[in-house]
Amino acid sequence: MSEHLVTETSPHPVEHQFEDRYQQKEASTLGMWTFLATEVLFFGALFVSYTLYRHQYPDAFRQGSLELKWYLGGINTAVLLLSSFCMAMAVHAASVGSNSGIIRYLILTIAVAAIFLGIKATEYYIEYREQLVPALNFSLAPPPEQQLGALTASFGRFDRWLATRLHAEPLPDGPRSPNEKLFMLFYFVMTAIHATHMIIGIAIMLVLIWMARRGKFSREYHNPVECFGLYWHFVDIVWVFLFPALYLLRNP
Amino acid sequence: MSSIPYIPAEFDPPARATYLNAGHTIRSWLLTKDHKRIGILYMVTITLMFMVAAVAAAMIRINLLSPAGLLREPTIYNRAFTLHGIVMVWWFLVPSIPTTLGNFLIPMMIGARDLAFPRLNLASWYLFTISAVMILAVLIFGGVDTGWTFYTPYSSLFANTHVTLTVAAIFVNGFSSIFTGLNFIVTIHKMRAPGLTWFRLPLFCWAMYATSVIFVLATPVLAITLVLLAVERILRIGIFDPALGGDPILFQHLFWFYSHPVVYIQILPTFGVASEIITNMARKRPFGYKAIAFSSLAIMLIGFLVWGHHMFDAGISPYSGLVFSILSFAVAIPTAVKIFSWTFTLYKGSVALETPMLYMVGFMGLFTIGGLTGVMLATLGLDVHMHDTYFVVAHFHYVMVGGAVMGYLGGVHYWWPKITGKMYSEFWGKIAAGIGFIGFNLTFFPQYIMGYLGMPRRYFAYPPEFQVYHVLSTAGASILAIGYFMPLVYLLYSLKYGRDAGPNPWRSMSLEWQTPSPPPTENFEKTPVISQPPYAYDLQSPMGAPAPVVST
Repeated sequence: MSEHLVTETSPHPVEHQFEDRYQQKEASTLGMWTFLATEVLFFGALFVSYTLYRHQYPDAFRQGSLELKWYLGGINTAVLLLSSFCMAMAVHAASVGSNSGIIRYLILTIAVAAIFLGIKATEYYIEYREQLVPALNFSLAPPPEQQLGALTASFGRFDRWLATRLHAEPLPDGPRSPNEKLFMLFYFVMTAIHATHMIIGIAIMLVLIWMARRGKFSREYHNPVECFGLYWHFVDIVWVFLFPALYLLRNP
Repeated sequence: MSSIPYIPAEFDPPARATYLNAGHTIRSWLLTKDHKRIGILYMVTITLMFMVAAVAAAMIRINLLSPAGLLREPTIYNRAFTLHGIVMVWWFLVPSIPTTLGNFLIPMMIGARDLAFPRLNLASWYLFTISAVMILAVLIFGGVDTGWTFYTPYSSLFANTHVTLTVAAIFVNGFSSIFTGLNFIVTIHKMRAPGLTWFRLPLFCWAMYATSVIFVLATPVLAITLVLLAVERILRIGIFDPALGGDPILFQHLFWFYSHPVVYIQILPTFGVASEIITNMARKRPFGYKAIAFSSLAIMLIGFLVWGHHMFDAGISPYSGLVFSILSFAVAIPTAVKIFSWTFTLYKGSVALETPMLYMVGFMGLFTIGGLTGVMLATLGLDVHMHDTYFVVAHFHYVMVGGAVMGYLGGVHYWWPKITGKMYSEFWGKIAAGIGFIGFNLTFFPQYIMGYLGMPRRYFAYPPEFQVYHVLSTAGASILAIGYFMPLVYLLYSLKYGRDAGPNPWRSMSLEWQTPSPPPTENFEKTPVISQPPYAYDLQSPMGAPAPVVST
């Protein structure tokens, strides 16, 4: 390491168990990667189960995919990638030791993440009105259009318009397959666990902002921001797999 | 006692600062970040949980004295064996060696001041304790009756006991395991003292490393499986529910993907303890250091691929049964490598039969029996005959109790002088080890026989011809209880009245013994530099200085 990196005031001393800050940084980075390995297996079991059932009930799962608003999921993918960009900028700000930069970009990340969660909540609401929520109101017969409410009905009209414009498969009409409930259950469990990870991430970002406001981070010491960045990108990547698996596998 | 010399007091002045006298308040213990104190917190917690599970075992054994069952109702019996299994697995066996000896020893063995993440370490103890309180709440509210395996759809849709709270407790407990494993992995990778290369690591660290990988990679699968189970139970619709097109066998796959590797979480640390004690007591280098080190990793890797052997009878295809059977045989190879290595280490060694070594000798014999009967059970045809009988029960108790618990007790005896600075009574130690060995065999060997004859496990009542085996087994369990209770008494007694052990009563070459006993909070005055391989009983001490002068 070149000498100019070491400033006179190091606001955060090296923890007593480490020899120096490089060891500390390497340890915390490896710790986060190890945790992410845990997370991969955590989501992995879900993906395996989902794939298994998808293989077993291809038609019901395809019908289920057709019920989802793929364009909302698509917009959310873009939103989430934007949040990852903001996060990368925050990590960059951390690496040059700018606490104000960290605060600015973390607030941006939180804002973009909130947009994602808002769109996700809208989707949940639409699915609720369309009586697609297992254990709450899942019904084999889709509700008639006049019961849907203005928002959900307009999304339904947009869906049909889009399908004709794109010459896509006709949208499902008539009774749903019983196994579609299984698809919807996976959809809700997987997206809800993903959203839980994002909410935990937002809470951690608030702590990081609080730390940055107190000037905790510097060029030498910013592992928390960097390691959190790894976590946030991981949560992104999970969505990058969730989105095609749930929304896009819709054509035979 | 004759082989352990008296060490004059001036070697160990009483005013010396140790981790034990660094603070005397309850706060100084409950908010400690010292890995050694956290190890002791764990030791207290798991000992209490062991007692809870042991009481449940006593209820099982008392019930089975009579063919008609002595407990008032079968439902009580079902709750007793379920609680016994759950508490023993997740609140004693899984955390036993890693969280106590692992916590205490890994930093000392690698010449570090602490684990990489001391706060996380304390947090995992708190998670563990919270989960223990949760499972005790389950017990107080009336227990759970699904068996420790929670097979669906009984556990999700039919059981009327506290499945959800139990599952939540195991979920919390799992995160405690994950954080412990994560901490160990990072510590072993990044905190080794200068000169301590991978192949100079004590074999205990290799075993703990393999264990930690299982902690980190298997536990999350159980966590998500239990989440799905809880979703199914709470919402009454679910992912494993055949009515919806779900598959109960999928639950078994996911469950055993964790729960088979978890038996290696339980036994690998004992392998580590055995490697330490046997080399020390034989006063030789281990026979095949690298073979022992890599066999730990091989067991870990193959152990991830054998879960299907729990499901030969569950309707998996014969082809996958064949593959799982072959892989299960394969895992016996690295295990045998270890047993042979230890045996050859003892060969022509000057073996000191102190208490820890007695436990290790017992462990080697019992584990070999348990392991070989495991190979029998991995055989497709035999397994169909012996599936869900007492043969299986005897097999895994030989491995878990004869293996893991013996390893834990041996390790506690071996490192007790380092942990407390006191020596226990060697005489009573040997007596307890002997009683435990006899009691264990009397408890579980009859179970092999009755299992082979067809006695199913988990049955409340049974045909009278099995009574003689059950009575023998219960008698053995009573003796075993004495063998487990005695160490509690004389070890606690030694805390107050025991002789000062001195820094290195076993004249070990390992790094952890090159510090005073009990060690100072910082473990080492300055970071040690390692210049020689481990277990160099023919060379000098690892720090370059002559081996501590303790003559025999």
